[in-house]
Amino acid sequence: MEDFYREYILDHYRNPRNRGVIESPDITYADSNPLCGDEIQIDLLVKDGLVDDVKFSGRGCAISQASVSMLTEMIEGKPIDEVKEITKEDVLELLGITLTPVRVKCALLGLKVLKSGVYGIEAAEDEDL
Amino acid sequence: MTVITGTRPSALDVDAIRADFPILQQERDGKRLVYLDSGATSQKPTSVIEAMDEYYRTYNANVHRGVYRLSELATARYEESRVKVQRFINARSAKEVLFTANVTAALNLVAYSWGRENVGKDDVIVFTEMEHHSNIVPWQILAQITGARLEFIHVTDDGYLDESDIQKVLELRPKLLAVTAVSNVLGTINPVRELAARFHEAGTVVVVDAAQAAPHMPVDVQDWGADFVAITGHKMLGPTGVGVLWGRRELLQAMPPFLGGGDMIREVHLDHTRYAELPYKFEAGTPNISGGIGLGVAVDYLSALGMDTVREHERELVGYALERLSDVPDLRVYGPPAEYHGAAVSFTLADIHPHDLAHILDQENIAVRAGHHCAQPLMERYDIAATTRASFYIYNGQDDVDTLVTALYRAREIFRL
Repeated sequence: MEDFYREYILDHYRNPRNRGVIESPDITYADSNPLCGDEIQIDLLVKDGLVDDVKFSGRGCAISQASVSMLTEMIEGKPIDEVKEITKEDVLELLGITLTPVRVKCALLGLKVLKSGVYGIEAAEDEDL
Repeated sequence: MTVITGTRPSALDVDAIRADFPILQQERDGKRLVYLDSGATSQKPTSVIEAMDEYYRTYNANVHRGVYRLSELATARYEESRVKVQRFINARSAKEVLFTANVTAALNLVAYSWGRENVGKDDVIVFTEMEHHSNIVPWQILAQITGARLEFIHVTDDGYLDESDIQKVLELRPKLLAVTAVSNVLGTINPVRELAARFHEAGTVVVVDAAQAAPHMPVDVQDWGADFVAITGHKMLGPTGVGVLWGRRELLQAMPPFLGGGDMIREVHLDHTRYAELPYKFEAGTPNISGGIGLGVAVDYLSALGMDTVREHERELVGYALERLSDVPDLRVYGPPAEYHGAAVSFTLADIHPHDLAHILDQENIAVRAGHHCAQPLMERYDIAATTRASFYIYNGQDDVDTLVTALYRAREIFRL
């Protein structure tokens, strides 16, 4: 369990990076996990095809919050085209812990919201996240 | 931290009861199962499992129609269960005991059959902020269909129904009150008898969700004096897929059927049908026969213990749990003191999200529920996303509480608190 709730995961949970909202975002999307009620909203500012600013808000467990916090760090300054290519494996690797199926859903909520935002909802639903 | 071991006598012989439940004999990594999620579904004793098995192995046949021996036996056992439930809830007649799939199905039956016939535009429907979604959504749908207005009884900080709201809605002379007997989150035991009497004076029909009451304390529908009471089998040692709606006979008789089909008819012609008598008018289609039989045996098990004794055991155990939990730093319990508290205890621990906490407890083979418990309005009321809920039953003892509390300290360590 100590291995699961590693120092950096708790750090992202307690001191999330890029937490907040963007006043007039170019892209914004929010979703929740109906199972547990966790909610995440991601706002993006896009300039010249790059992620100029990113903020997230909402609430959830340590895994979902740490995961989305790390994800926002990862995409800052990146081309939107590259953001579209991020896979669930990328996110799970970022977390660096082995998750049970139920907890995988927690870990991937942030990515689901991000992809829904950059692709549009229908595309993200096809992703089967 | 000090470890207190359970030494106080219990109203029930918990060790003997545990021996009746096969699932509790299993271990995982040398740790016994500490099952604290009976509020979601209870475990099943051998007698219930065997009775259902026996039906399928030795007298499986459809009920109510066959003239051969197996069918007669199946019918007899299924109908015996109805009578057992009737006695268990002290209904005046077995005709008032309708088998349904669960509480959700029972409440929807009331909403669709009684509701659409009796609720009109501008009528008022009242429910409380502590209801399970199954006692909220059917009334919202009914309001949408009929144009009726929804009013609410809110919950106080201590987890009781707000008396000023009760007085306010009584003045509106509502058509219907939907209220839970025991909150599945806060554990609050509501004064059903008093509420039924007060709302009847206002001409209100009173619907009681007894899902969290019937497994844990005596339920006497005549004493309560409500109009409809819904219970579910799987939370009271029985199988999933069988529940009961009790209704006042005169109301049930006047109500149109909910589902049409086989078994609920007296005679069918191409252009019209005469319906069967109670309770069959509301039991279209082949019922959950093994489930009904299993529920009857579950009722036997509980009746042998005595529901007063079950309540006394849980009052003591919840009292002990509330006491021990209050010692854990940064832990907040929701709901009233043990005297008014049913078997469910909800809490939050510091900034540990309930999902993380439940995950950590699972490592100790402790099963608790984490989430909104199908009571999102209540979560909004307390401005929390979720709680962790430990819910107790007849096979739980003080040792389970001790194991839980030790694991909560362990969770504090893991979260560097």
